[in-house]
Amino acid sequence: MSNQPTIIKVAGPLVVAKGMGDAKMYEVVRVSKERLVGEVIELHGDEASIQVYEETSGIGPGEPVERTGETLSVELAPGLLTSIYDGIQRPLELIEKQANSAFISRGIEVPGIDRTKKWDFNATASSGDTVVGGDILGTVQETTLIEHKIMVPPGISGTVKEVKSGSFNIEEIIAVIETEEGTKEICMLQRWPIRIPRPTKGKGIPSEPLPTGTRILDTLFPIAKGGAGAIPGPFGAGKTVTQQSLAKFCAAQVIVYIGCGERGNEMTEVLSEFPHLEDPNTGEPLMKRTILIANTSNMPVAAREASVYTGITLAEYYRDMGYDVALMADSTSRWAEAMREMSGRLEEMPGEEGYPAYLGSRTAGFYERAGIVDCLGTDGRRGSLTVIGAVSPPGGDFSEPVTQNTLRVTKVFWALDAKLAYKRHFPAINWLQSYSLYAENFTNYYDKEVAEGFARNREIAMQILQDESKLEEIVRLVGTDALSPKEQLTMETARMIREDFLFQNAFDNMDAYTSLKKQFRLLKAILMFMEVAGPIVEQEDFDFGKLQTLPVKEVIVRASFIPEDEMEEKFDAIEEQIRKELGALQVTGAPGKTSHEEPVTA
Amino acid sequence: MSTAYKTVRDITGPLLMVEGVEGVTYDELCEVELVNGDRRLGKVLEAREGLAVIQLFESTQGASTAGTKVRFLGRTFEIGVSEDMLGRMFNGSGHPIDGGPAVIPEKKLDINGAPINPFSREFPEDFIQTGISTIDVLNTLVRGQKLPIFSGAGLPHSQLAAQIARQARVLTSEEVETEGEAEYDPSKEKGKFAVVFGAMGVTFEEAQYFKQEFEKTGALSRAVLFINTADNPVVERIATPRLALTAAEYLAYEKGYHVTVILTDMTNYCEALREVSAARKEVPGRRGYPGYLYTDLATIYERAGRIRGKEGSITQIPILTMPEDDVTHPIPDLTGYITEGQIRLDRGLHQKGIFPPVIPMGSLSRLKGKAQGEGVTRGDHSSMDAQLTAAYARGVEVRELAVILGESSLNDTDKAYLKFADRFEKEFIRQSEGDNRSIFESLSIGWDLLKELPKGELKRVKPEQIEKYMTSAPSNA
Repeated sequence: MSNQPTIIKVAGPLVVAKGMGDAKMYEVVRVSKERLVGEVIELHGDEASIQVYEETSGIGPGEPVERTGETLSVELAPGLLTSIYDGIQRPLELIEKQANSAFISRGIEVPGIDRTKKWDFNATASSGDTVVGGDILGTVQETTLIEHKIMVPPGISGTVKEVKSGSFNIEEIIAVIETEEGTKEICMLQRWPIRIPRPTKGKGIPSEPLPTGTRILDTLFPIAKGGAGAIPGPFGAGKTVTQQSLAKFCAAQVIVYIGCGERGNEMTEVLSEFPHLEDPNTGEPLMKRTILIANTSNMPVAAREASVYTGITLAEYYRDMGYDVALMADSTSRWAEAMREMSGRLEEMPGEEGYPAYLGSRTAGFYERAGIVDCLGTDGRRGSLTVIGAVSPPGGDFSEPVTQNTLRVTKVFWALDAKLAYKRHFPAINWLQSYSLYAENFTNYYDKEVAEGFARNREIAMQILQDESKLEEIVRLVGTDALSPKEQLTMETARMIREDFLFQNAFDNMDAYTSLKKQFRLLKAILMFMEVAGPIVEQEDFDFGKLQTLPVKEVIVRASFIPEDEMEEKFDAIEEQIRKELGALQVTGAPGKTSHEEPVTA
Repeated sequence: MSTAYKTVRDITGPLLMVEGVEGVTYDELCEVELVNGDRRLGKVLEAREGLAVIQLFESTQGASTAGTKVRFLGRTFEIGVSEDMLGRMFNGSGHPIDGGPAVIPEKKLDINGAPINPFSREFPEDFIQTGISTIDVLNTLVRGQKLPIFSGAGLPHSQLAAQIARQARVLTSEEVETEGEAEYDPSKEKGKFAVVFGAMGVTFEEAQYFKQEFEKTGALSRAVLFINTADNPVVERIATPRLALTAAEYLAYEKGYHVTVILTDMTNYCEALREVSAARKEVPGRRGYPGYLYTDLATIYERAGRIRGKEGSITQIPILTMPEDDVTHPIPDLTGYITEGQIRLDRGLHQKGIFPPVIPMGSLSRLKGKAQGEGVTRGDHSSMDAQLTAAYARGVEVRELAVILGESSLNDTDKAYLKFADRFEKEFIRQSEGDNRSIFESLSIGWDLLKELPKGELKRVKPEQIEKYMTSAPSNA
């Protein structure tokens, strides 16, 4: 009896129990008669500190703790896609059913994946095959978009004794493998502990961009397939809109979206919108390639800590099948705060701003799970996992610990700017502060796959924006008149880049997604305007106002709305119009006319 | 009756440490009886074997370690709710303070509530017309939203909140169809309405102001008031918003009311939280506020919204005063990360004598997308929102430039923006406390102001809208 684990202390989400001498770190336990889910996070001799994933009010010392012997794991099998989970992989829909209420009650035990549903398993391996962990035994059409590959669990290798196609639920045996340790029966359901990265054969260097359809991201600050990026920004600058837009349009095959400690209504928007949104590539509902994890800010704080690990483990599982997976975590600051809260309750020595000293290593460990990998197995599959984390720095101050620790490990930095948001310039990503360390790697890809000159135009555009910020300072001091015509033209071009290219309306169906090719044509048209106008504005006594009222500028403003399929001819027409209208501004007989015009029309 | 413990070991601030206890649970309610017979309520903050840390809801003044009795009640803090609460006034412990009898409860509810399953929520998209142009056009309030007012000491946030509570209503389908031509017919409006008001640590005068406002307009009969004034116990402040929201949830989700909850002042609430945290010697986060301030605020703000299949809704308008008007202070900062936007009041506008001093820059409604436009308000609503905000931002920039360079150095376009910004403040933002503008009137004013600008600058509105509304707008000059 004395060995029966019992609670000796309850303080918020932290419970301490005694009689836990042989418990393991991160073991899952059931706390009290209500059987609340908890996880061991500290051991002191016979006592264990447990973080509880549910509300602990009404729980007191003396109540029992039940050990499960397992670490916190997720279930992996067909049926994950289209699911909506809480932070510890409980489907929200089933929680609603079991609680019979719109409010989340405690001690609910529901399976992560439906046990009764039958799937058509199509065996691709055959008996007698030698297999290792990661080899594909067969496939299941999970949704119209994704073929789920049933893999030999990591660590198992041997000879296939039996494998059968047919209709099975996820717990029925579909294959038997003869291993050195004896025969193993394999069902579709597998489990994996969330805090341990799934194994791979090795990692590669990301060399291909992940197109997102957002112009400022793809053209100026691209992220790689298998890369890691951060979006920090103060509230109201558009983190969530950007994350959602990425989840909708980025060219990954599977999306895992984690709403970590965010607004309930926003999650509801995602939940109600995704089933109706079409994948721009296939026309199927986006939900069919998506897993949502929703742990809103008022749900228990410990589950918020777990939610990012739950999400990334599910993402890794699809990566292991050879898919390009993208994971959005909104927001990692809430995750860090959950760590801080637990750390405070454990009375640990705090690091910066009360965050635990291990904030840096945990953050790095999380983002390092991104990457382009050689999957386990013998068929040479490659999969990628791109991780994009939103960061919510207090007061929009990027010097705070979560932002800084994130920037150390991510190679893409999309800095959201409240000032741009106030001006209703969206996406409010600051082009002077942001960077992408991948951009250089992609030069070849762009010139080959998109269009010759893409990388060069990108550099020119960045330079113009840089120049503009310098010129703006001059204007602020002495006014526009002090600028040379050439400088005025730079300002004007920068304005066009900002307003007609970078500005993008995520809520407009036509504008929300732009292909790489169209991005190229649009930017090219703007840069061409500058190139052609260059010699013209330098004519003596040229009235700059004439340039601003050209009809073609109005056409460029609307150019982002040109449908993708009419793009080539429409942009050809725009370029023609630019030449014509600017040519008309040429003072006849002005010196240098022919010498300037030639390289342009060529 | 359960055992009374006389084993109080320490008393610090609002906290009591009781030894030798048994069977105590976390968050349990307890009753503390002082030597002189006074009874006070408290709750368990930490339950250990043989030791409980109790936080009193009232002051610990007069409590002593010897002779004080503590009785654990075996339940969490609950409040009895019923529809009879409408028209009544309570203190921060949930007791009536209007001289009336106790409310006979239909149900007892835990004041902490439970999180709404995101799956069970319904996305808020019903436009609420507050009659205030800057809110209706630029920062559209939606039924089920939580939209705080970020204010500062001495700014007229109370008047604004009272005006919203007084004027807020939804449009009838006739009004939408005829673009405001049809007269408003209250009988066509569906649903029942209630206001729940929670005051934390405000002055007696401020609490009275709201009470009188409600009385004046007859709204008191459909209002529930929870008042914790500055001289009431600090810890009661922590319970006050939860009492208010529990009452609101009951009215909304069980009785089908559309409830507007006004909470003032959240800054006092957070200070109270800090006080208790400090007394517990917890590791502080930013500026001495506890590390769990975000989570704690979320358990208040997230209790707004709509639920699938339920008639009622909760719209929250919390008010907070930013210390030193600093929006990066932890309280407004964390609030902004939880709420769906904010209405920001500006001292500069206030000093110019403009009421309500709502500044478009820094104000935001995240849910406005679906509550603007054809079939909800009017087709030009969202373009007008974007155009006015962008133009005003530019106008303010020009104004700053003019201060340095002199107005004469501006070009014609910039001069037009300057004039626009001035008129925008005087005609669009400014309105009197009694002025209840329909959304259609507000949009017309917007179109009238846009006439100041060259047509080429109107990039955010569509040409066909200019055609339709610019010519027909009445001149307000």
